[in-house]
Amino acid sequence: MVASPLEYFSLFFNMTAKNKIIHALFAAIDELNEIRPSDQALEKSSETVLFGAGGQLDSIGLVTFLVSAERNIAEMVGHPVTIADERAMSQRNSPFRTIDSLAEYIVSLLAEETR
Amino acid sequence: MSRRRILITGTRKGIGAYLARYYVSKGHRVYGCSRQDTEFHAENYRHFCLDVSDEGRAVQMFRTILQEEGGLDILINNAGVASMNHVLLTPCRSVRKIVDTNIIGTFIFCREAAKLMQKGRFGRIINFATVATPLKLEGEAVYAASKAAVVSLTEILARELAPFGITVNAVGPTPVKTDLIRSVPKEKIEALLARQAIGRFGKMEDISNVIDFFIKPESDFITGQVLYLGGV
Repeated sequence: MVASPLEYFSLFFNMTAKNKIIHALFAAIDELNEIRPSDQALEKSSETVLFGAGGQLDSIGLVTFLVSAERNIAEMVGHPVTIADERAMSQRNSPFRTIDSLAEYIVSLLAEETR
Repeated sequence: MSRRRILITGTRKGIGAYLARYYVSKGHRVYGCSRQDTEFHAENYRHFCLDVSDEGRAVQMFRTILQEEGGLDILINNAGVASMNHVLLTPCRSVRKIVDTNIIGTFIFCREAAKLMQKGRFGRIINFATVATPLKLEGEAVYAASKAAVVSLTEILARELAPFGITVNAVGPTPVKTDLIRSVPKEKIEALLARQAIGRFGKMEDISNVIDFFIKPESDFITGQVLYLGGV
C-alpha cells in the first residue's frame, strides 16, 4: 500500500524525533558512566540492554539513568517529562528494556502530548 | 564544614527566615522560597516566590539551581501551615491547604532535591515534623496527620535514597514563638508545654542545632530518624 504524504511526514518526523531522543539517552549514559566503574560502562548503542534479563543496570542504576534521561529530554522539549509513570510500569513489554525500546516509548509519549 | 548549597523552604518569616540568615552567616550559598517576597537580601542568598505545592514552579526553581550551582547539597523542608480547629468545624478547604503544603510540597521538594543530589552522591534532606503528632493534640488533627505523613515520607525516603548517599531525617519542634501558633489559645500552649520533659518554648537555636547535627559530614550513618525536641 502506498503511504500518503501525511504518513510519510509522520514517519519522517518520528524518525527525527527518535534520533534526537536517542542522543539525549546517550547523554544520560555518559552521565551514568561517570559514576560507574569503567569495567561496567554502558555502551552507547540503541541495542544496549538496560534492564531485565541480560540488562546491565540494577534498579538503582535504572533510576539514576532515568533521572538524567528525564532532565535531558525536558531540556530538549522545553517542559518537564515523566517517563517512568504507572503506564510505563504496566506495559506488557517493558519500555526500559533497551535504549531503542525506551526511545520508541518516549516518542509515543511526546506524540500524545501534541495531539 | 565547607561551603554548601542549601535550599530552605518558607523563608519569609519564622523559623525559615531565621535558618536562611543563620546559614548565610555561616558562609553557605542559600536558596529560599515563600509565597510572598522576602525582606532579606544578601550576596549569598537568592529568593524565589512560589507555593511549594506548585509542581511546575518548583521544578523550574530546581532547574535554575542546577544551572547556577550544578547541584544541591542540603534541603531544609521548613514550609508548613497549621490550622487549629475541632474536627467537627474543620472545612475541607482547610484540609486541602494543609495537605497541599505540608505533604505534597514536602514530597515535591524531596523528589526534586534528590534528583540534584544523586549526581554528586551526597545529600542531606531535613523535613519538619511536629510534637503535635506524638502528643496527639486535640484541635490539631489535620495538622498532626499531615506531619505524620511527613514522618512516613522521611522514613521511607531514607531507605529509597540511601543508595545515592542521601540521608533523610526530620526535626520535630515544640512550640516556638512564631505566626504558626499565634492563634493557639494561651492555656492550650501552656498545657502542651507541661507535657514536655523540658517545659519551655523552643528557641530557633534549638532547631538549627538539630539541623547542624543532621547535615554534618560525620552524620552520614544517621537517616530515617525523627528528633523531637523538649523530651517529647
